[in-house]
Amino acid sequence: MKAQPNATIIDYGRGNLFSIERAVRHAGGKAEITDDPARIASADRLILPGVGAFGEGISKLKEKGIDEAIYQFVQTARPFFGICLGMQLIFNESHEFGLHQGLGLIKGKVIRFQDPRKEGPHFKIPHIEWSKIEFPESIKASNIADSSPWQGTILQGLNSGSYFYFVHSFICVPDDIESALAESTYGEDRFCSVVHKDNIWGCQFHPERSGSNGFSIYQNFLFNL
Amino acid sequence: MPNIRVIPRLDIKGPNLVKGIHLEGLRVLGKPWDFAYKYYQDGADELIYIDAVASLYGRNNLLDIVRKTAAEIFVPLTVGGGVRSLEDIRQLLRAGADKVAINTAAIHHPELIRESAREFGSQCIVVSIQAKRIEKDYLAFTDNARENSGKDVYDWTKKVVELGAGEILLTSIDREGTGQGYDLELIQKVAEAVPVPVIAHGGCGKPEHLKEVIQKGKADAICAASVFHYHYLEHEIDPSQYSDEGNIEFMRKRRGSLTFMTDRIVPMGIKDIKKILLESGIECRDDGVS
Repeated sequence: MKAQPNATIIDYGRGNLFSIERAVRHAGGKAEITDDPARIASADRLILPGVGAFGEGISKLKEKGIDEAIYQFVQTARPFFGICLGMQLIFNESHEFGLHQGLGLIKGKVIRFQDPRKEGPHFKIPHIEWSKIEFPESIKASNIADSSPWQGTILQGLNSGSYFYFVHSFICVPDDIESALAESTYGEDRFCSVVHKDNIWGCQFHPERSGSNGFSIYQNFLFNL
Repeated sequence: MPNIRVIPRLDIKGPNLVKGIHLEGLRVLGKPWDFAYKYYQDGADELIYIDAVASLYGRNNLLDIVRKTAAEIFVPLTVGGGVRSLEDIRQLLRAGADKVAINTAAIHHPELIRESAREFGSQCIVVSIQAKRIEKDYLAFTDNARENSGKDVYDWTKKVVELGAGEILLTSIDREGTGQGYDLELIQKVAEAVPVPVIAHGGCGKPEHLKEVIQKGKADAICAASVFHYHYLEHEIDPSQYSDEGNIEFMRKRRGSLTFMTDRIVPMGIKDIKKILLESGIECRDDGVS
């Protein structure tokens, strides 16, 4: 039996930590929830969860000195995973209720969906839905034919077109197109739903609420990165 | 069109799953956990648990059932019934709920919506609206359809969205448990009036009801109970294990005073419903179904 890997979940008063904790355990890992910067900086693997508004999220992180602990952690090259608001917070800036500076671990910004209601009243905000994640359009079909672009990543083993559960009103726009590991579509918006740079990973959806597809992500995060 | 979510609703009384008509005359069907797990395996996109009597008697004993569910079921779980305070919400979220549904307390104390949305985020605040047609108007009822609040459903819906509701669970009391079809007029008017998703509930009995509530009613998600529960009872139950539950045999054989009703309700599993939606050109999640 493999040793149980540890995942540290950051508690900054935003979001349902318990469902993430349960998902980590179900995927075969040990989970620790903490707001202690020292433990965050020295984690084996770090998860930044979160729901709610960007501005409040970032100020909670700063209030507790967690931002500095995250900067220290990512220097170690150990895996970091931001989920939903936790993904948005790692970008440079957000335009949610004014302009807010983010952690800046990935270059880019967070903007509101374009008006997705052009096609009628059916596309509502927030985007609350099971949506597909797909290979980014920038990846050439010829490259996909050889091997999955998700091989060796947090999405290893999943097919383009796999469904995940989303709840959000804002979307991430990375400056570097190659940071987008997966894209999704809602209304007229095609947006980056999984981001990756070095040891930093983020997803806009909730893998802990996405059934067996979600477990693949937690298992990859725990065992394969 | 968005991807439509298919959401079984489980009404719970004490330790049991129950089902009534017009939210009353509850019968015991079995243990909620058994049904919930099967629905999850079959590809339910979310689940809704409602404590059917919590508002009436001021108690909330759902927490144990929520804990057990959250340990094994990894799709969003909404829990309602007797949610009165931020502390109630905190306890439910801690037990494993992703969202809470609030009805009675929101009517009596609308600020609860604003306070809870600020504290926990709009995405976890579902306002449940139970609508009953009185002459030309739809009025919002509380306490499981027993008390008329006097509030007009459309005005109330707009108000709760302003206050921060993230979703609306819209129940037609007149149709609930009857299998006569969703109240399309009600649902369309509300769904088109608000910018947040509307979950249609009450009246689902046949495949065509699903299509019409999405295409004509403009629902963002469909919620049903009887069609799923009857399907489960027909396919999954070993009656010998339920000898003391009383109602199971009765439901299985579709006898007794509910005959009029079961004639109107075609048992459908989650997979059946998704197939029907896809065949009608309505998008929904069709993977992850084990």
